[in-house]
Amino acid sequence: MLAVQILIDGFAISALYGLGAVGFTLMFGVSGVLNLAHGATMVVAAVTAWVVAGQYAANPWVAAIAGTAAGVITAFATYYLVVRPIQRSRSVPAAEKEIFVLTGTLLWGIMIQEAVAYFYTDNPKTVQPLIAGVMQIGGVRTPINELLIAVICWTVIGLLWLLVNRSKAGKVLLAASINPRALTLLGFELSQVYLQVWAIYGVLAGIAGVLLATFLGASSAQASQLTASAFSIVVLGGLGSVSGSLLAAYVVGYLETLTAYLISPAYRTVPALILLVVVIYVRPHGLLGRR
Amino acid sequence: MLDRSTSAVHACAGALFTAVLACTPAAAAQAQPPETIKIGIISEESAIAGAGISRGAQVAADAINAAGGVDGRKLEVILYDDHSSAADAVRAFQRAASQDKVVAVIGTYISEIALALEPWAARSHIPFITTGAASNEISKHVHDDYDKNKYTFHQYLASPFVSDSICDGVKQLLQPQYSVKTAVVLSEDAAWTAPLDAEYLVCLPKIGVKVLDHIRFSPDTSDFTPLYNKIEGEKPDVIVTGISHVGVQPTVQWAQQQVPIPMIGMSSQATSGTFWKDTNGAAAGVVTFAIAAEGAVTPKTQPFVSSYAKRFGDAPPYTGFTTFDAINVLAEAIKRAGSTDGEKLVAALEKTDHVGTVGRVQFYGRDSEYTHAMKYGAEYVSGIMMQWQNGKQVTLWPKAAPQTKVSFPAFAQLKRP
Repeated sequence: MLAVQILIDGFAISALYGLGAVGFTLMFGVSGVLNLAHGATMVVAAVTAWVVAGQYAANPWVAAIAGTAAGVITAFATYYLVVRPIQRSRSVPAAEKEIFVLTGTLLWGIMIQEAVAYFYTDNPKTVQPLIAGVMQIGGVRTPINELLIAVICWTVIGLLWLLVNRSKAGKVLLAASINPRALTLLGFELSQVYLQVWAIYGVLAGIAGVLLATFLGASSAQASQLTASAFSIVVLGGLGSVSGSLLAAYVVGYLETLTAYLISPAYRTVPALILLVVVIYVRPHGLLGRR
Repeated sequence: MLDRSTSAVHACAGALFTAVLACTPAAAAQAQPPETIKIGIISEESAIAGAGISRGAQVAADAINAAGGVDGRKLEVILYDDHSSAADAVRAFQRAASQDKVVAVIGTYISEIALALEPWAARSHIPFITTGAASNEISKHVHDDYDKNKYTFHQYLASPFVSDSICDGVKQLLQPQYSVKTAVVLSEDAAWTAPLDAEYLVCLPKIGVKVLDHIRFSPDTSDFTPLYNKIEGEKPDVIVTGISHVGVQPTVQWAQQQVPIPMIGMSSQATSGTFWKDTNGAAAGVVTFAIAAEGAVTPKTQPFVSSYAKRFGDAPPYTGFTTFDAINVLAEAIKRAGSTDGEKLVAALEKTDHVGTVGRVQFYGRDSEYTHAMKYGAEYVSGIMMQWQNGKQVTLWPKAAPQTKVSFPAFAQLKRP
């Protein structure tokens, strides 16, 4: 019974980790941006869903859509207010732009985090489950919402796969990740490609934030932890590799769940972090990353 | 004539000039309002319990000022945000003492921060009243080295008293109606829960409740499923909690996962008026200790709740009550001392006998192991047991409204004996 419990819990949490990390890695793969305001974006989505559900007594699905929209708006705000000005700045040397973007998004994330804490406190917010109730699976009482989260995550990831591999727009994204210069020579506007990737990123981070709020709850104090978690998964999977991130999300998710159940929830994140250090030493490009 | 009159004019002018010179400082002194009495408030503004401290202080200071102040002097509350960091809190205390010249500091709901500020109160000889921390180490330091630490006062119940109150509540409220024979103690790992848990392990067996397990978890825990899974396997009648830094997540997950065991004990966040909204109603059925709540503890409780809610939109968390009382206790001490000198204020605070929103406030003396902690007991402050029912905080014990009954959610019913 414990094994079934670990299987179910690990699956749901890993799916959520995967969804959170996929957008983060897609962004890096296509535009070379490591968005350290990632956790803050998820928190904005979560808190928006909570506000819409609570203050306007909206249906949980309406709240979820509002939260996802807030994720997209935050992503665009990050791009237009922080990333693009740095990328276009003449006073920042080209070689240092990445580090400026990294620092800029980190500070922007802290600003968002503080603003959310100021207006809505740093207490965790939870959104009503999209479907309430529990069901028995192999003798384990499981919230239906937990299963729904796994289903939504995999549906969204599946749609992303279809978009990237089966649509023209997706192929452009792929091309931008492989050789942006050649793409420009073919007449594609890179800035349009970047806008698309920020929009996709916003949707993914927004959905992940809302689902997190319906599952475990999210607070502004968790923003940096959420970024660190996505960052670890992406590094473990290989920077820029979507399939690597998904694999790493499941490795981390199950490692954490096993530790929480078999050792103690207090040491939940320790083995995954040790594994990350080992992978960085032994295989610096990650599990499925390109050299 | 002319000379005489000229000299008379000169004499008058001279006299007038001298009079003006002589009168100017006095006149100016009369024109200026008396100096305000500054009180430093240190808390985290973005935490519900922290905001309760600063808001409770403002409500109290405004009420005192509206009634004429303290001996004609207005109270001025200076707020410092410590971001729940001991380092920030210490810097705030230093600034309050050396730059802003406060006469006393009130604040923090975090025991670790109260313990960090205690030595600074000793060094600067400025009274410090903590209104939300619960560790008994705070008053133990005063007892162990009175001359040095006498500046610290603990105006919230020390953790062992909270445990005792909860055990009394279980005995008088639940055991007559339900079979409560076994429990698992579930507490966050923090300074305030060490003495809380130690007393739980003593007082629960005394009322016939066998403690099957004692679980301490990290306040960083976000997924409580493994903990609930373990507890469910042990089949206790109740989960007895000791949580404050966390609250929303364990409550929501308990409800979502329909853990079939009622939660009772100390859930500080559940004492906040926003907890129902924060948990989307998952708080239904959670029984918690509270220092006071909407309804009657003393005749001052409800008027305070109303004025706080009118100003800030929600009912106060537990720190709002204690800080409101602390400002009043301090104002009375200043009056008694006839001074804002630290030494004299400490002596005056020791003579406190104030009926506030949480009960009759007095501090233990030098001989008690809880020196300068708030006195616990039916005739002083004993706390209450409350429960969230249909979006409202309902007081269940010791004095409940006639129609009020304890009620648990369908998934977590207690057995009848």
